[in-house]
Amino acid sequence: MVNLGISIGNLKFKNPVITASGTFGYGSEFDDFINVSSLGGIILKGTTMEPREGNPYPRMAETPSGMLNAVGLQNKGIDYFEKNIYPKISGYETNVIVNINGSYLEDYIALAERVYKLEKISAIELNISCPNVKMGGMAFGTNPDSAREVIKEVRKVYSKLLIVKLSPNVTNIADFARIAEEEGADSVSLINTLLGMSINVNTMKPSLSTITGGLSGPAVKPVALRMVWQVARAVKIPVIGIGGIMNTNDAIEFFMAGASAIEVGTASFIDPQISVKIIDGISHYLADKGFSDIKEIIGLINRNSD
Amino acid sequence: MAKRIDDFIIKENRKINNDFFVLELSGNNYLPVLKPGQFVQVKVEESPETFLRRPLSIHDVDYDKNTISLLVQIAGKGTTKLSKLNPGEILNIIYPLGNSFSLPAENSDILLIGGGCGVAPLLFLGKYLKSNGFNPSILMGFRNSDRIIEYDEYAAIGNVYLTTEDGSKGEKGFVTDHSILRDHRFDYISCCGPASMMKAVAGYCFANDIKCEVSLEKLMACGFGVCLCCIVSTVSGNLCTCIDGPVFNIKDLKW
Repeated sequence: MVNLGISIGNLKFKNPVITASGTFGYGSEFDDFINVSSLGGIILKGTTMEPREGNPYPRMAETPSGMLNAVGLQNKGIDYFEKNIYPKISGYETNVIVNINGSYLEDYIALAERVYKLEKISAIELNISCPNVKMGGMAFGTNPDSAREVIKEVRKVYSKLLIVKLSPNVTNIADFARIAEEEGADSVSLINTLLGMSINVNTMKPSLSTITGGLSGPAVKPVALRMVWQVARAVKIPVIGIGGIMNTNDAIEFFMAGASAIEVGTASFIDPQISVKIIDGISHYLADKGFSDIKEIIGLINRNSD
Repeated sequence: MAKRIDDFIIKENRKINNDFFVLELSGNNYLPVLKPGQFVQVKVEESPETFLRRPLSIHDVDYDKNTISLLVQIAGKGTTKLSKLNPGEILNIIYPLGNSFSLPAENSDILLIGGGCGVAPLLFLGKYLKSNGFNPSILMGFRNSDRIIEYDEYAAIGNVYLTTEDGSKGEKGFVTDHSILRDHRFDYISCCGPASMMKAVAGYCFANDIKCEVSLEKLMACGFGVCLCCIVSTVSGNLCTCIDGPVFNIKDLKW
């Protein structure tokens, strides 16, 4: 029997497979397909202070080995979340993490204070990397000064596990990971989607109403893996790897690059059972290769090459 | 109704014409009760161009044979791949997805309106209504006579009225040009087809105060309410076509 358990900060995860925000709803959408409690953790749909209608249709375009989205953080706001969604998720026996987003610094602080009071929510994923909103989001995560400020201020009001979700749309993502570490974040997760676009040559219009959107899926995996590797070498806090993970092999690559945990995202749209399959697959892989603990392969290539 | 993810076996791949084919899928497990208007998400053989599943409405169900039929229009790489599937091959689907057409009041005079590929859910709906004691009529519109889909199947349900854009069969024009809509008043219309057609039908129903439901088609990634890509603008804000629809009362939509 191999040990899949890991810790990020003080929080224990029964296994290192987490579902990515915006690809797993609030968990209940998957109850017909899997036992949600068997996951290491779930990260709920991005939540904002006020309700958001999101961007106009079309918000999605299939692209080679991936997809672009421009949902724009559609959600019913924190009041609705507390009243109607939070009670429903309290039955899950796994780490439930809320992804928070703001247009202004004050939004992030207020959200962190509100979420802190929710006993069942064990962590925040601070989203400073959404590419699909006009204000806030990626604007915070692509400027070192504003990134530092928002992380610092949220850290002051939120003493539970704080994960900062990083944008890949920067020159050097490791700089932003260092800022997160310096300001006391417990972990960084990366990558959010890559800014991209697509044009329909028949209609002669952009495929998305917002023209640009966030690229996800296997198309981004080599870029994501490279960034996770760079960040894992730059910081001591645990790194959560995200980006085009479609199967066990993809997940193993991220662990070997230095990720302590991974998030499964777009793959859940195509196979809603994939996250659980990956947990089983990791166990089998480790057993086959003679490992007894997932931690033995975290950052393996760094150790091998140093 | 619990959603499932299952492998089905292709029983038949029947060519209707150059653009359309019907896939008859046989389930390994007993089918749950399916409702007209619901759809499935089909896993197309993986390739760079066919990354996401393809949503297809349920065209017909045969509980005795334990089969589901899907009417497919060849529109791109995904549907082209589906058109080449052979009997015996496996197709993975997530189903049943979405809501369904509502059952009209007793003795309602019902018209089903379909345009092109939009006739797909109306066969299942028509059979369902008939088995529940209704006598629905069907109005179908196609570009020309070569593109007419399964006329006899629909004629077995009730009166079929036909339009073609070039007049090669039935009345010339669009479905909303058909004389039956001037000569007769129906109590309930359900409609599926191109957006412009559904808008015209909705306009007719508003003008004549007829209860009307439309089945929408939107680009979607998941099909079960997670990706929030298939939104439609409604009086209650943006809703997902995949879980709040695909069937909507025309009064709930923002036209």
